[in-house]
Amino acid sequence: MKNTLYILALFVSALTFAQQTPAPEQTESILITGATAHVGNGSVIENSAIGFKAGKITYAGPQSGASASEYDKVIDASGKHVYPGFIAANSTLGLVEVDAVRASNDQADTGELIPHVRSLIAYNAESKVTESCRPNGILMAQVAPRGGLISGTSSVVQLDAWNWEDASIKTDDGIHVHWPNAFQSAGWSFSGPTEFKPNKDYDKDVEKLKNFLSGAKAYLKGKRSPKNLPFEAVEGLFDGSQKLFINADGAKEITDAVNFAKANGIQKVVIIGGNEADKVADLLVKHNIPVLISRPHRLPSGEDTDVKRPYMLAKILNDKGILTGLEMSGAMERMNSRNLPFYAGTCAAYGLDREKAVQLITENNAKILGIDDLAGTLETGKDATLFISEGDALDMRTNTLSHAFIQGREISLESHQTVLWKRYMGKYEAKR
Amino acid sequence: MRKRLPVLLLVFLCSITLHAQEYFPKNDGVKTTDNNYTAFTNARIYVTPTQVIDNGTLLIQKGKVVAAGNGVSVPDNSQVIDLKGKHIYPSFIDMYSEFGVQKPAKKGRGRRSPQYDASRKGFYWNDHIMPEKNAVDKFLFDTKKARELLQAGFGTVNTHVADGIVRGTSVLVALDSTDNSDMRIIGQKAAQHFSFAKSVASAQNYPTSLMGAMALLRQMYRDAKWYAAGHAENKDMSLEALNANKDLPQIFDADGYQNDLRASRIAKEFGLQYILKGGGDEYQRIREIKATGASFILPLDFPEAYDVSDPNQAGKVALSDMRLWNQAPGNPAALAKNDIPFAFTLAGLKKTADFKANLMKAIDYGLDKTKALEALTTIPAGLLGKSEVIGSLKNGSYANFLITSGDIFDKKTTLYENWVQGDKHTINDMSLIDVRGEYDLAIGGNTYKLKITGEPAKPKAELKSDTTTLKTKLTYSKGWFNLAFSPKKEGDTGFVRLNSLVTAPGSLSGKAILANGTESTWRATKKSDYEKKDKDDKKDEKTIPEMVPLTFPNNGYGFAQLPKQENILFKNATVWTSEDEGILENTDVLVKNGKIARVGKNLSAGGAKVIDATGKHLTAGIIDEHSHIAATSINESGHNSSAEVSIEDVVDGDDINIYRNLSGGVTSIQILHGSANPIGGRSAIIKLKWGLPADQLIYENSPKFIKFALGENVKQSNWGDLQTIRFPQSRMGVEQVYMDYFQRAKEYDAKKKSGKPYRFDYEMETLAEIINKERFITCHSYVQSEINMLMKVVERFDFNINTFTHILEGYKVADKMKEHGVVGASTFSDWWAYKYEVNDAIPYNAAIMQSQGLNVAINSDDAEMSRRLNQEAGKTVKYGGVSEEEAWKMVTINPAKMLHLDQRVGSIKAGKDADLVLWSDHPLSIYAIAEKTFIEGVPYYDYENMKQRQQSIAQERNRLINQMLEAKNKGEKTQAPKKKEDKHFHCDTEVYGI
Repeated sequence: MKNTLYILALFVSALTFAQQTPAPEQTESILITGATAHVGNGSVIENSAIGFKAGKITYAGPQSGASASEYDKVIDASGKHVYPGFIAANSTLGLVEVDAVRASNDQADTGELIPHVRSLIAYNAESKVTESCRPNGILMAQVAPRGGLISGTSSVVQLDAWNWEDASIKTDDGIHVHWPNAFQSAGWSFSGPTEFKPNKDYDKDVEKLKNFLSGAKAYLKGKRSPKNLPFEAVEGLFDGSQKLFINADGAKEITDAVNFAKANGIQKVVIIGGNEADKVADLLVKHNIPVLISRPHRLPSGEDTDVKRPYMLAKILNDKGILTGLEMSGAMERMNSRNLPFYAGTCAAYGLDREKAVQLITENNAKILGIDDLAGTLETGKDATLFISEGDALDMRTNTLSHAFIQGREISLESHQTVLWKRYMGKYEAKR
Repeated sequence: MRKRLPVLLLVFLCSITLHAQEYFPKNDGVKTTDNNYTAFTNARIYVTPTQVIDNGTLLIQKGKVVAAGNGVSVPDNSQVIDLKGKHIYPSFIDMYSEFGVQKPAKKGRGRRSPQYDASRKGFYWNDHIMPEKNAVDKFLFDTKKARELLQAGFGTVNTHVADGIVRGTSVLVALDSTDNSDMRIIGQKAAQHFSFAKSVASAQNYPTSLMGAMALLRQMYRDAKWYAAGHAENKDMSLEALNANKDLPQIFDADGYQNDLRASRIAKEFGLQYILKGGGDEYQRIREIKATGASFILPLDFPEAYDVSDPNQAGKVALSDMRLWNQAPGNPAALAKNDIPFAFTLAGLKKTADFKANLMKAIDYGLDKTKALEALTTIPAGLLGKSEVIGSLKNGSYANFLITSGDIFDKKTTLYENWVQGDKHTINDMSLIDVRGEYDLAIGGNTYKLKITGEPAKPKAELKSDTTTLKTKLTYSKGWFNLAFSPKKEGDTGFVRLNSLVTAPGSLSGKAILANGTESTWRATKKSDYEKKDKDDKKDEKTIPEMVPLTFPNNGYGFAQLPKQENILFKNATVWTSEDEGILENTDVLVKNGKIARVGKNLSAGGAKVIDATGKHLTAGIIDEHSHIAATSINESGHNSSAEVSIEDVVDGDDINIYRNLSGGVTSIQILHGSANPIGGRSAIIKLKWGLPADQLIYENSPKFIKFALGENVKQSNWGDLQTIRFPQSRMGVEQVYMDYFQRAKEYDAKKKSGKPYRFDYEMETLAEIINKERFITCHSYVQSEINMLMKVVERFDFNINTFTHILEGYKVADKMKEHGVVGASTFSDWWAYKYEVNDAIPYNAAIMQSQGLNVAINSDDAEMSRRLNQEAGKTVKYGGVSEEEAWKMVTINPAKMLHLDQRVGSIKAGKDADLVLWSDHPLSIYAIAEKTFIEGVPYYDYENMKQRQQSIAQERNRLINQMLEAKNKGEKTQAPKKKEDKHFHCDTEVYGI
């Protein structure tokens, strides 16, 4: 009852303020019963019960094994589906509000080698765009900088917080590199398509990266005086506390990038993009390097590339034994981040097992971002960051959330957009 | 008009015959007149490529042919040159040259605001129209370049300034490198030249697109007529020149088959016939090319093979580009086989010296030698209207001819002389005696073995004493044979020098100066003639790579054979009718002759092919109201109104996105102009009939549409700080643009209807159609204020807005739109936040508008999204709870209604076009795959075939890569691999250049 009143209050406030108010800490323990639970690790529990207290999952299993009396509140979700919160990897949520408004753009800074630049402090916890992702089940995101060769340092956040500090669930998790392309645009041509030609600066740019890392390694072993901020920023790469995320698509670029990372003693490497990762699968498997593949809703890379290849890549890499997740970068990436479940759904349409498709954006993304100790699956001990959907959450027809929890806190599923929807429907209903 | 040309002597190259001008004063000596004849006897004379005389005589006098034939009587005052065994051909003509005229330099403008008005006064309003320019005014004879051309066999060039859309006239010049400059100019206004490319000399913004250039040409022709009739009040020297030049040959640099067809469409509209300078890919649509009735000027710059030795790089090259390398040398042969007349040009070749090799390549690829010769002689002469004086050796022609050792298209043939206007230019010395062979050389008591190889004019010597090869140097020039060698055997450090004046083939003899300085004599007795090694002969064999088949379009997913219309019975499908009947389970649909014949249960096939659709869903093909695929350009942003341009002019049937759209179940699209200006261009509404040429994609009796736009794009908000001078820069100004143009159109229309003379204006014609309710507006729109504004403006002119597209704040004014009578609201499912004006865009928009009784469609504006419009429709179920049946209508019958095509397409109903999609699953589901897509009963896409095609693409790529590696190994030139990038247009995509 208390909860209902609270939700009502929230709804009223939603009509007053543009942004949703973050939910308070979980005080009431909750058990969700009867739903089909998509655990996130590829398995499904029919007729499940998921219990959580003080923000952590305390039970995840068949309903028969749960005792409802241990919980303050039981949510009957029979016929519904429960999922771990979806994770948007390599996103820029909260870094830009409106693409065309330069003043709202904080996703890239000037300079080629700027690992010390940190996305977390620019993360706008009150972004209207970010808020619009939550009703679709996206409850966590890696916020990563763009641009340059070494773009900066990312962090992982949950999407219901008063400020960036509260939002952070893994601070400074990784360094992001934009590996040079071996092919480069040869400029605009007369009426026709732009051509891409071999990049003459490729070796030069790779050399810059190599020099930077070997410089950093030498510096970190020495007296470190005077302080060098860029070198200091990559220390975690050498002790394994940070991951190196390398944006690379071609077989050559991926091979060069992996060899570069290994030669420099970097322990944890992730490839972002990975358009041709299947061609170098053996190398990736050998070094245990996962791939965050680009959004499948994109055009094939070439005129005679398989028309459906972007849809099939997840399945192809999965079959080759590569740990695969989905990432967000690309045109209009922030507003499209809410389509993450449908990206996974598309992978399922083109051959990937449906639970494995769920796994892409839950357990796999959690592992790749290094947050699998607290997120990514519906398993005891993990954060109660999860949601209930009326139906299959990977299909837009049935992705309709009734409840979502972040660290056990029941968050609002309203947004700037639902507010406008209700306001104008109200206008027309009043007219009638 | 004629300028004095610089006089340059080529003393060594040219024999000088003076053609003194009879009325010119003479101060450097006495006046002489040369009335002598020159007779070339016993030659095989190609008077024309088809009129060949053996053992004939060519008689010339005063730079012209007097007679060519067998029974020619040689006057007494003749110099006679015996050409026994040799051939005479008319010298070649390049009718598309830039010889001796410089292109203007590109004007660096720095960072400045765009220039909207013309730079000139007294000329046409657009700087890129320059019919008043004459190449002869800029012409300077370029002796060095002339020498290059003469060596390649050319005697005459038609040269022009290759700059601008209308480029003015060319000048026809004989390449006579002697001082007879007075004779060189054969025609000072030989032809008028055109292209679709703007002048680099002017920064005037309009046109910014190919369709703009086409509209500009049309308006120019209309204005020229208006001007000629004396209606114009202003002076326009451009139009005067255009009118004066109209009887000249009109040469259009189209540079590719698509633009060939576009240029000839304009020609047809104005009763003109352009001579089209092609791009070398005409073979890809030879039937359409033939139908233009045009003559062509073909380049010989065949693509070089890609260097595919790096597999990573090779993978980036598109199959279509590899095919071009494999197939393009067959382009001339393809035109010849189809009896399309053409001339050759050197244009595009990196080096003039590559001409013969590439010409031979065209012949190796099947071009008939006679046609090749015609393309260099009689055809260009005829096209230029100069058959009487160039291109043949008929009496009265200029004495422009080549003397060769044999068949000019034989690799071994030597070109000796290129005579132009009766003046000789020696290319290879005809009197040269071939000294090659093996000899016994005797000097004093010593004997050596001498072997002479190499080229006749540049022989190489090898000298042996017993088995020791001696260091030897041979020079052979003007008959003097000089050989120096070091007779090491004698322990001597000096050289032995031999010379001989060669006067007859056979043995050599002369004076020797021994190493010690004493003189002696020497004699080399010829033992055998020179024989080319077998290896060299093998090189001459034609080893052209096997040609891969052409497809339509000519890329990986093109059809070798266009698919045929089928009569089909879909059995037992879940049929989404998009009609009142709703969704019908276990239903059959019969397709006959491209139409839906029946919808019902247990239908009998009656000979139709049966497709078992059990468990599958059958729908009407998806219609995308807002697309920018399959077009070469999208925005004409040079003016704030571009109602004169039409996307129909720039439809690109080769765009791979057509096939990709079919793979997502899309069958019809409206290709809209972009949103660069308040009044955009006319739409093209097409069916995605993959494989057909562009003009056959456009709907027959297509409803007429035009794109309008509001908001940030038209006021150039996001174009940078320099783009702040074009009106409008605010939403306030946008209203006034509409008021102004509609008012003017109304007045224009009234004047037109009054029967008084009026200046035909394409822009006003289009706007008058709108006012007269013959053309519909689709308006790009975002915020509620501007949506409301436009409705109020057009209400003042007594018509309605047909469609608001994007219409992202339509939900705020849905009631007003309904009241206005908007036919359709076409929106995105969930895009927002990319611009300030889409801050309040919500995914519930479609649902709200639909709830208020508007006809709502979901569109793409995007080549990627358009492949999954079924999913986008599915989102309206999620956002706002639209029923599935209604959601599906938003991508089928609803857009059909707003495009006024609902009588033909958009639903499954007897009598409608059989544009159908068979889905693997519920079509609104993320899991649905379009398995088959039909348009008018023709299977244009099949998922299983597509997968198989992957295999054939891989095989063909491999085959071509091997061919290119082989070409590289043989020493052919290669180019770096390149990757074709997809065109990916949105509303606000600016394509500068055209």
